[in-house]
Amino acid sequence: MKSNRWTDCGNWVLDRFPLTKLWNDHMAHYYAPKNFNFWYFFGSLALLVLVNQFLTGILLTMNYKPDAKLAFDSVEYIMRDVNWGWLVRYMHSTGASAFFIVIYLHMFRGIMYGSFKQPRELIWIFGMLLFVALMAEAFMGYLLPWGQMSYWGAQVIISLFSAIPVIGDELSLWVRGDYVVSDATLNRFFAFHVISVPLVLVLLVLLHIIALHEVGSNNPDGINIKEFKDPWGHPVDGVPFHPYYTVKDLVGVAVFLFFFATVIFYMPEMGGYFLEHANFIPADPLKTPEHIAPVWYFTPFYAILRAVPDKFAGVIAMGGAIVVLFLLPWLDRSEVRSIRYRGGIYKKALLLFVISFVSLGYLGTQPATPTATTFARIFTAIYFGFFLLMPIYSRWEKFKKVPSRLTPVTSLEDRIPALIETFEEITVKTPVTKEDGTTVVRRKPNFNGMANVVVRLAKKLKESLD
Amino acid sequence: MNKLLTLFLIFMLPFTVLASEGLQLQKADIDLTNNASLERGAKHFVTYCLGCHSAKHIRYLRIAIDFDLKEDKVLKEIAPLGANIYDKMTSAMNAHDAEKWFGIMPPDLSLIARSRGEDWIYSYLKGFYTDKSKPLGVNNTVFPDVGMPNVLWQLQGEQTPVYKNVDGREVIEKLSIKEAGQLSEKEFDTMINDLTNFLVYVGEPVKLERERMGKYVLFFIFMIFILSYLLKKEYWKDLH
Repeated sequence: MKSNRWTDCGNWVLDRFPLTKLWNDHMAHYYAPKNFNFWYFFGSLALLVLVNQFLTGILLTMNYKPDAKLAFDSVEYIMRDVNWGWLVRYMHSTGASAFFIVIYLHMFRGIMYGSFKQPRELIWIFGMLLFVALMAEAFMGYLLPWGQMSYWGAQVIISLFSAIPVIGDELSLWVRGDYVVSDATLNRFFAFHVISVPLVLVLLVLLHIIALHEVGSNNPDGINIKEFKDPWGHPVDGVPFHPYYTVKDLVGVAVFLFFFATVIFYMPEMGGYFLEHANFIPADPLKTPEHIAPVWYFTPFYAILRAVPDKFAGVIAMGGAIVVLFLLPWLDRSEVRSIRYRGGIYKKALLLFVISFVSLGYLGTQPATPTATTFARIFTAIYFGFFLLMPIYSRWEKFKKVPSRLTPVTSLEDRIPALIETFEEITVKTPVTKEDGTTVVRRKPNFNGMANVVVRLAKKLKESLD
Repeated sequence: MNKLLTLFLIFMLPFTVLASEGLQLQKADIDLTNNASLERGAKHFVTYCLGCHSAKHIRYLRIAIDFDLKEDKVLKEIAPLGANIYDKMTSAMNAHDAEKWFGIMPPDLSLIARSRGEDWIYSYLKGFYTDKSKPLGVNNTVFPDVGMPNVLWQLQGEQTPVYKNVDGREVIEKLSIKEAGQLSEKEFDTMINDLTNFLVYVGEPVKLERERMGKYVLFFIFMIFILSYLLKKEYWKDLH
């Protein structure tokens, strides 16, 4: 190549910094299994949302005032008087919820395809630490708008520390910096939210990715692609991450952004789940809201806390609900990773777990009536049962035969004929004669066909559980 | 199959049991594109509410721009005497007096529509009825033991409750107008609706703008989706 000033500059850097090596190790020569499906979009999406939170967060700090007297009004100032402030604020508040949606799906993928199992235990541990850091980040960020729910949510959660015997009261006092949540609490939460926890998050993301690239990605079949290599030493069933998965993730990003923008522009409050109605009232230390509920992403754990009659035991249970997730790699004794080849008992257990997690999430948003508490207790038992009984039931499993090579994926386009066929089945064409005498063929719903489709789906679902 | 169905029903139970009964609110007819209604609402707000309640997050200038009104028209017809176009909608009542008179400073109403909801405001303003046992002589159907007097009674007239017996308890079935006010029932409903409309606007002045903008953003993202999908197909076509 002809030497010019720009390539000289580039080479000067490359001679002193292993940029090429980094790029090749993590992108161009990192071989990922080629059968990633829908569930594998959420890792890159989590990174996208993290970047979104950083950028919008930095912009918000430019006008936000971490002061109990000014905080609430400064948020409204951002919403009304700062140019594009409303967009930045909605991107940040919607981003928080989107982060948890993406992360929950990402974690579910890991549980479903056994990505936490040997040799990827450390990736799972880093991921869980990320989850805990993310929860801390979200909890502290939620205090900053200084609305009623911010205030009383923080009050309730910090008071949990006081349930710890002996040191409890002193500890919660130390965390708050005051006897109630106050300006001191707001300032320290602001410091944690914008500096400390984000640094931890970035560090953990790096560790998570480095650990992943050391052992290689899992796949929906849960098999090791490094066993079959081509003459150049590359896995036959792998493709370089760049460009194959960079362009594929771009599609995922576009789809995600479509939903993300829909929420931002048309339903930023998301019916009171993303921005709670009570949080539009400034914090009032003298007026407890009649119903305190955390934001939706904490409600499963909040429901577990309330399900236990004793406060300290409840705190232990809530902490335990997160600690058991850390232990997952050692609780699962099955030799097979992916749910595709695991026994029916695990599939049923996982289904029960998902139902109980979602139900706990719902119950956490509702007032704790006696019926609700009874159900919360049942679901809490199922939640813990899924993990704590796993060493037993995962040994009984009868596995299916695991293939040695990846199974092919059906692409979206290959599914279109089947979709059209289903559409034909649930609709029926009927000729309709219009007033002016012309006959048009109109489609009408065919209820018999719909029933057939539903029954077929239900049967398929039942079979897939065996 | 039956077993599965039973299980499913058991899991659905909490969702049905917990469906809250709640008070039936009357529906407000909100139309943020109706500038005439918003303008009337703003006038009513300044006349009847601003004496005690502020809306300190909105400026008169913003109202002029968003309702497509001339600045001096806003100052002359909407804003109280002496207000500047850059002023926020602040109330003349101070906290010291307010606490002496009502026991509490009347809340700022900038975000009331976002915390309570439009239907609540509409029903609340229509929900005052005579109750001699209360210090202010009135009570409210959606806000029991309310600390606010019925400032609109001259317009609406005096409302009294009609009770009905449900399981041994006296429950208010509806309110009826005992003594007609200056406005007919229909005129009063329109006025309350305009006021609610204005409060919804004040809650989030940018709402119309963001909804207008949304479709272009979504269209742009959809184009990106098509391009990236074609790009992905191009790259992946020779993989088997």
